[in-house]
Amino acid sequence: MHTPWNEFVPLLWEGLLVTLEVAIYSAAAAILLSAAGGLCRVSASPAVQWLAKIYIGLFRGIPLLVLLIWVYFALPFAGVELPKVAAAVLAIGLNYGAFGSEIVRSAIQAVPPGQREAAVALNFTPAQRMIHIILPQALVRMLPPFGNLLIELVKATSLIYFITLSDLTYQAMILRNNFLPSTAQIFGLLLVIYFLLSTVISTGVGWLERRLTEGRV
Amino acid sequence: MWDWHYAWSILPGLIASLGTAFSATFWGFIIACLGGLVLAGASRSRITAVRLASRGFVQFVRNTPLLVQLFFLYYSLPMVTGIAPSAFLTGIVGLGLHFSTYMSEVYRAGIDAVPKGQWEAAKALNFNGRQTWITVVLPQAIPPMIPVMGNYLIIIFKETPVLSAITLVETLLTAKNMTSASFRFFEPYTLVGILFLLICLAMSLLLRVVEIRYNRFTTGGKKESRKPAERRTNDKSANPVANREVYPG
Amino acid sequence: MTNPQTLSPIVKYTRVRKSFGDLEVIKGIDLAIAPGEKVALIGPSGSGKTTLGRMLMTLEEPTDGTIEVDGGHLWHEEKNGKLVRAGEKHLHRMRGSIGMVFQHFNLFPHMKVLDNVTAAPRKVLRLSKEESRARALEMLDKVGLADKIDMYPSQLSGGQKQRVAIARALVMHPKVMVFDEVTSALDPELVGEVLEVIKGIAEQGEMAMLLITHEMDFARDVADRVVFGVEGRIVEEGPPEEIFGNPQSDRLKAFLGRFL
Repeated sequence: MHTPWNEFVPLLWEGLLVTLEVAIYSAAAAILLSAAGGLCRVSASPAVQWLAKIYIGLFRGIPLLVLLIWVYFALPFAGVELPKVAAAVLAIGLNYGAFGSEIVRSAIQAVPPGQREAAVALNFTPAQRMIHIILPQALVRMLPPFGNLLIELVKATSLIYFITLSDLTYQAMILRNNFLPSTAQIFGLLLVIYFLLSTVISTGVGWLERRLTEGRV
Repeated sequence: MWDWHYAWSILPGLIASLGTAFSATFWGFIIACLGGLVLAGASRSRITAVRLASRGFVQFVRNTPLLVQLFFLYYSLPMVTGIAPSAFLTGIVGLGLHFSTYMSEVYRAGIDAVPKGQWEAAKALNFNGRQTWITVVLPQAIPPMIPVMGNYLIIIFKETPVLSAITLVETLLTAKNMTSASFRFFEPYTLVGILFLLICLAMSLLLRVVEIRYNRFTTGGKKESRKPAERRTNDKSANPVANREVYPG
Repeated sequence: MTNPQTLSPIVKYTRVRKSFGDLEVIKGIDLAIAPGEKVALIGPSGSGKTTLGRMLMTLEEPTDGTIEVDGGHLWHEEKNGKLVRAGEKHLHRMRGSIGMVFQHFNLFPHMKVLDNVTAAPRKVLRLSKEESRARALEMLDKVGLADKIDMYPSQLSGGQKQRVAIARALVMHPKVMVFDEVTSALDPELVGEVLEVIKGIAEQGEMAMLLITHEMDFARDVADRVVFGVEGRIVEEGPPEEIFGNPQSDRLKAFLGRFL
């Protein structure tokens, strides 16, 4: 059986570009929301903490697919109509920002309390304590779980298939419709591409982790 | 924008569709737990081929999307093998296989968390392999795993909407069908979101109760590690298995 | 070594109480430390010695009573003529006179030794890079670690880490320094080097010290006054010769008996 591999490449390439585009923007949004959410979650102000808790609880409790469908199909009826990429980035960003906030919170709370005390003893202001002492130490602890989160995010971009955004998965389905006998090969190839993307991310995060802990572990 | 009358009318249908979602969750979870056991065992095998195959499988499945795996199973498998299972069967197998890889990690972490000294004490008392596992290791390894496994149950439940892609009529697809019939999108999708939110909240609270029950039987948790950049110890909880959680949940 | 108590005290605890939930750890303490005075605080575990030091360093808030530092209230500030609970700004101002060395060092693991010592001068005192570095080098030299400035804390021994911690605290020139059981976490053979350093600092005179310690010989050597506390109360206090040579109370006798 002849598998027309070279027919797949152009469409999958286009799909890959869309996947990467959504992934990068969503990741940026998720990282920003994680930082904000995590810091608010450990804030001295109970009101701010409460707000963070609501955000985190809400967007961890609603499945991403449900949120995505809602943002793209239901939100327009409330007056807000978003283009596909924006809807995807918003949904994925909010969802993964919530999970990321918990990672940030955990990492900050995992820094030994003695560090904060030493910073107090040296008369650092609360902001200085966070910026110079706590966060640098929390950052290293955040990297492995964040790396995993990023991989989950890239995998989650496949859900934009549901809002007919032409990502890798969507293009694969189109290919399948045109090349039905090669269904297994197409999806197999798709799986391999996603696997490679994940591998690139883990390698990158691992490198970053090594760089940040040079000498001091 | 929001029609209460319509919302009330579709609510029973949506709640009824949860039955499929719960069923898929339950069976998917069972398959994941059993599959995870197989993988965990295979990963420790003395036969290199088996070990590499299972580790390779775990790595591959964990790093690829559930949706694509479902498509592969539902569309490719019938072509290759001639068997065409139902959407439900494919769905729970897909969920089960996908999450069995995460479960095997939970098992591995749970076993690793049992201090080496326990194995050595068992050996010193001349326990054989089976006795060591059943009397010494498993009773210590399993309790910390329970909260983590419970968490995965919730995660699997949240993944059931993805099964709508292979035409399984769970809650999201039910809502979608309602929108096609009524041309009203806001109420169905919003209600689905709220239903999932409430159920997940309830499940989390239940899980907390289980966790508290479990904590009463343990030795109060280990002291917080002071190693600077300890891999994956990012959670203050004394549960070393929870610390290794790699799925956002 | 001794300073006459003619000047007003640099630290003054007045009827200080501290409870953690239902547990009262400090049950009404009055203690004054004169400028430059070295006070050793001894007593069994649970006597609240560490808590007393931590309250001075603003790490724990007294449940009752007041602490005055260098003439001003630490935990209270004046607003419209009344004494109210101090805000962060006030605490920050008062904290400039207080320093602390911890039992578990608490060095910043992500910074090299030199950076550990220059961090506060740079960020808190806002000194220039050159000035901070000069001060830091001077202090590190004083504690005998000038050759380790480019190493990370993880590469040092316990005794070395503690000496860096001392330099880090000293470089801020506090008027009073709390030494919270600074040798308790060290291997026995490393204790001596740290005590030598502290002795050297004590001999220089200007800084008051609150030495919370189990090292009785050291307390006898360095302290101007020894305070013996049990379960949150001061039982006996006096010059070292009196406390160690002529203990009055039964509890002090029993406590010292363990160290003979």
